[in-house]
Amino acid sequence: MAHSLRIQGLVKAYQPGKPVLRGIDLRIEGAGLTAIIGPSGTGKSTLLRCINRLVDPTEGTVHLRGAEGEVELSRLHGRALRRSRRRIGMVFQEYNLVERLTVMENLLTGRLGYVSAWAAWRRRFPPADVARAFALLETVGLGGFAGQRADALSGGQRQRVGIARALMQQPDVLLADEPTSSLDPKTSVEIMALLREQGRVQQVPVIVNIHDVDLARRFADRIIGMSGGRVVYDGSAEGVDDTVLKQVYGGEGWLS
Amino acid sequence: MPQPLHRPFAMPAGARLAFGLLAAYLLFAVSQLEISWPRFVAGLDHGARLLGKMFPPDLRKGDILWSGIAETLQIAVLASLLGIALSLPIGLLGARNLMPAGVSWAARAVVAACRSLHPVIVAIVFVKAVGFGALAGVLALAVGSIGFIGKLFAEAIEEISPKQVEAVRATGASFANVVLFGVLPQVAARFVGFCTYQLDSNLRNSTMVGIVGAGGIGGALFSAFQRFDYGFVFTILATIVAIIVAAELLTNQVKKAFHV
Repeated sequence: MAHSLRIQGLVKAYQPGKPVLRGIDLRIEGAGLTAIIGPSGTGKSTLLRCINRLVDPTEGTVHLRGAEGEVELSRLHGRALRRSRRRIGMVFQEYNLVERLTVMENLLTGRLGYVSAWAAWRRRFPPADVARAFALLETVGLGGFAGQRADALSGGQRQRVGIARALMQQPDVLLADEPTSSLDPKTSVEIMALLREQGRVQQVPVIVNIHDVDLARRFADRIIGMSGGRVVYDGSAEGVDDTVLKQVYGGEGWLS
Repeated sequence: MPQPLHRPFAMPAGARLAFGLLAAYLLFAVSQLEISWPRFVAGLDHGARLLGKMFPPDLRKGDILWSGIAETLQIAVLASLLGIALSLPIGLLGARNLMPAGVSWAARAVVAACRSLHPVIVAIVFVKAVGFGALAGVLALAVGSIGFIGKLFAEAIEEISPKQVEAVRATGASFANVVLFGVLPQVAARFVGFCTYQLDSNLRNSTMVGIVGAGGIGGALFSAFQRFDYGFVFTILATIVAIIVAAELLTNQVKKAFHV
């Protein structure tokens, strides 16, 4: 059964009457990489955070179908919410690693939804999780870094740890909120390639908020353009031309 | 609003007024307390005589000295451990970014109550409550430790990076696991720093609670003063200074071990 995410009528207003998201309908399926582009403040981050409920949506529903069946996320709370969050991996713009912990501990953070506090305190994770963490470190090109503290790593290395942490969850969907915005161009390309590749390997959809339109065109199977809290473009990467960009970002002086 | 360009560093009128008032109060207080130059000179004279009586130091009462010092050390260590163990949960409960307002308010009230009284006053209360001896001293200093570490720990937690916590929450971790992996690693080093500082200050305070009968070397010191046994007083004071310096060196090593 293919993994899928179905968002219907999603509205988020941080202040009543001033919605950031004004009714989003999306259906994302399969193992492709979907890039969301749009100007700052148009609600891209809010959209991702409504999926794993770091932000509570005002209206609408989010259905996630994965290995453990289908669940509606928008009204969950408590234990049920935590159980669903275990199935959603997230990669952050500023990596959000726990700086004082080692790379290995940061990866095992991805399994914290499955271990008791007593076991977590003593760092007694199941051997299968630890083995998987070592394998993932090799996959993201950080073999041998397990014992390093996260604050000793470079930006690109940190983001690789961030991706590995999300993959440790064996997620049904991988969300990435501006994963390349703090990185240099070369590292950005490597990170995007890693996200696309891992989505295919794990057979899960990858949804990436991104400011860099060229990177989006290069790596995305599908591009969603947002403007003013609505979806204004939804289609292939090739279809994103100047007309679309004008529609998404407004103006045209910046287009060359 | 445009600022005058000349005298860009002029002191504001309010600050000048405050300094003026402070100087006036200083003069007033000195005149009230009848602190004058002749009084100061007379005081120096007394001091010189006291110092003279302290020599030669009395080294014969070794058993009294060591049993008192040993008890003082035990009081300091036990009180620090008890205080640290209790202030960890209380500090967590007092952090407003983790707890609902009611809980953190209650925890902060406990901490404020523990801080508000001087250790000697708390020691008197405990001597009355549980009787003379080291138990009263341990309890008194533990209360003070909760007031100090609990407050600083709660404030340290309020200053942590919420992004790291958010990332741990996003994995579906339980609240306890979020605290263990997202919160504690960010404050652990500072917590060790608070604890060593508190151990240091408990060592000093534990020499004092004996004066009110709460155990330790303070009792011996007080009775030596009352017997005008200044030679022994000097021996006790010198030993205390040596212990505090040694503890300072030791806690520096502990801090290094924890990368504080």
